[in-house]
Amino acid sequence: MGIIKTDKLTFEYIRRDEEGNVEGITRAVDEVDLDIRQGDFIAILGHNGSGKSTLAKHINAILYPTEGSVWVDGMDTQDESHLWDIRQEAGMVFQNPDNQIIGQVVEEDVGFGPENMGVPTKEIWERVEESLKAVGMYEYRKYSPNKLSGGQKQRVSIAGVIAMHPKCIILDEPTAMLDPNGRKEVIRAVRALNDVEGITVVLITHYMEEIIHADMVFVMDQGHIAMEGTPREIFSRVEELQELRLDVPQVTLLAHELRKKGVNLPEGILTIEEFTEAVFAFTGRR
Amino acid sequence: MIRDITLGQYYQADSVIHKLDPRVKLVATIGFIISLFVVDSWVGYVVAALFLACMIKLSKVPFGYMVKGMRAIVFILLITVVFNLFLTPGEPLVTFWKLTITKEGLRIAVMMAVRLSFLIVGSSLMTLTTTPNSLTDGMEKLMGPLKYVKVPVHEVAMMMSIALRFIPILLEETDKIMKAQIARGADFESGNLIKKAKAMVPLLVPLFISAFRRANDLAMAMEARCYRGGEHRTKMKPLRYCGADRAAYGILLLYFVGCVAIRVWL
Repeated sequence: MGIIKTDKLTFEYIRRDEEGNVEGITRAVDEVDLDIRQGDFIAILGHNGSGKSTLAKHINAILYPTEGSVWVDGMDTQDESHLWDIRQEAGMVFQNPDNQIIGQVVEEDVGFGPENMGVPTKEIWERVEESLKAVGMYEYRKYSPNKLSGGQKQRVSIAGVIAMHPKCIILDEPTAMLDPNGRKEVIRAVRALNDVEGITVVLITHYMEEIIHADMVFVMDQGHIAMEGTPREIFSRVEELQELRLDVPQVTLLAHELRKKGVNLPEGILTIEEFTEAVFAFTGRR
Repeated sequence: MIRDITLGQYYQADSVIHKLDPRVKLVATIGFIISLFVVDSWVGYVVAALFLACMIKLSKVPFGYMVKGMRAIVFILLITVVFNLFLTPGEPLVTFWKLTITKEGLRIAVMMAVRLSFLIVGSSLMTLTTTPNSLTDGMEKLMGPLKYVKVPVHEVAMMMSIALRFIPILLEETDKIMKAQIARGADFESGNLIKKAKAMVPLLVPLFISAFRRANDLAMAMEARCYRGGEHRTKMKPLRYCGADRAAYGILLLYFVGCVAIRVWL
């Protein structure tokens, strides 16, 4: 069993009218089975309303399944005695950088998690230092969060989670509100954490470029897992992705269109470098 | 425009006063205010003035900067002085038309003016030299004993610091909503006071909605980071008294005893 495992996870939002009668039920997550190994970089993809954020909130025990179960590091999220252990082991980064920073100084915010866990003062400082360095925000430790850019704020949020020494981090569309530069910054920091520190990463996004480096990709649609596989496998199924209203990276799309016109390029090209290589290989000169 | 409002108006400087424990400064401010009402002779005020002057000097906050902050209360000061001057019965000094200035009135008026301005300078010295953050910390620690009578001290302090953190964010948001509405023809500038107040309603509604949404998000983020109230919580920056703080308490005590002595024997 991996670090995160779900078994037929189902979650229903129940809408009620003023008297409390059930008006309607929306199945946000529908019988999802996941098994994520320690140290993997997982991407969950899907357009708005596909249930990906709801799924993420289950891993941190913010939401509890209507049916089925979720285990984090072998602990059932519905078992209340493990609640705080689960929240410590599975850290969560949210979408809006302004709404998740609590401290008025960067270092105080990073220290918030360890403070809540009851870590001794001296160790809090060590953790704050190492986690700010891990995301490259150490020089900004005395700044007010209001003075930082979106990408920087999001990196501070990530540092705040790392300071709790989690085994995995769930990032719920961490780049959705950022500009392209901020997006790159954040993704670079997340990849470094996965490569260097070996922290399991679950990245939820709808930007295709961000999932190229993932070990495994899950595509969600209407609460189901519609596709799963390595990025290369996923990207070689361009038509299916388009049916799910997801944008395929331009290079991949170009290669796909060329293939359809009879140019012999391999499936699932992800980067510009790969594409140029393939084109040179096809034309036989450079 | 709206973003220029500074709350707590902290003045960054590297001074002895800045470095003092916030609890010392809170106690000292309260002590100083009490002392102003303890003394009632000119000698007492001279002592208080000297004490205040020394503190201002030590704090390295320019005096001009402090006086600027006092402009807002000049009006209140003036009213107090005028009322005391003319409405205190006693031995008449000058009379013109129906108004009489009495000897007692003059004395009380000057005394009130001195008291009030000292009070304001004294307490603004605290906010100028203490970050809102450490002020909340200090309050939480000072009020600590109230926990035993079921006062949610930690929660109140946490709310205060979150409020302080969100002031600039909400101000920015107000600015944005205002501009968006001005762009669509809203008018916040013209008309009388009531009209202006009415124009604010469509501004407040979206602001409130957004504030609630933010509160919801923040609560979730706090829970995700294991926040569960004040219990079992450790501090990243615990407050600890050091030598300077003890010395400051000593000086404060000396000053206070001095004031009481002046009141009793002079």
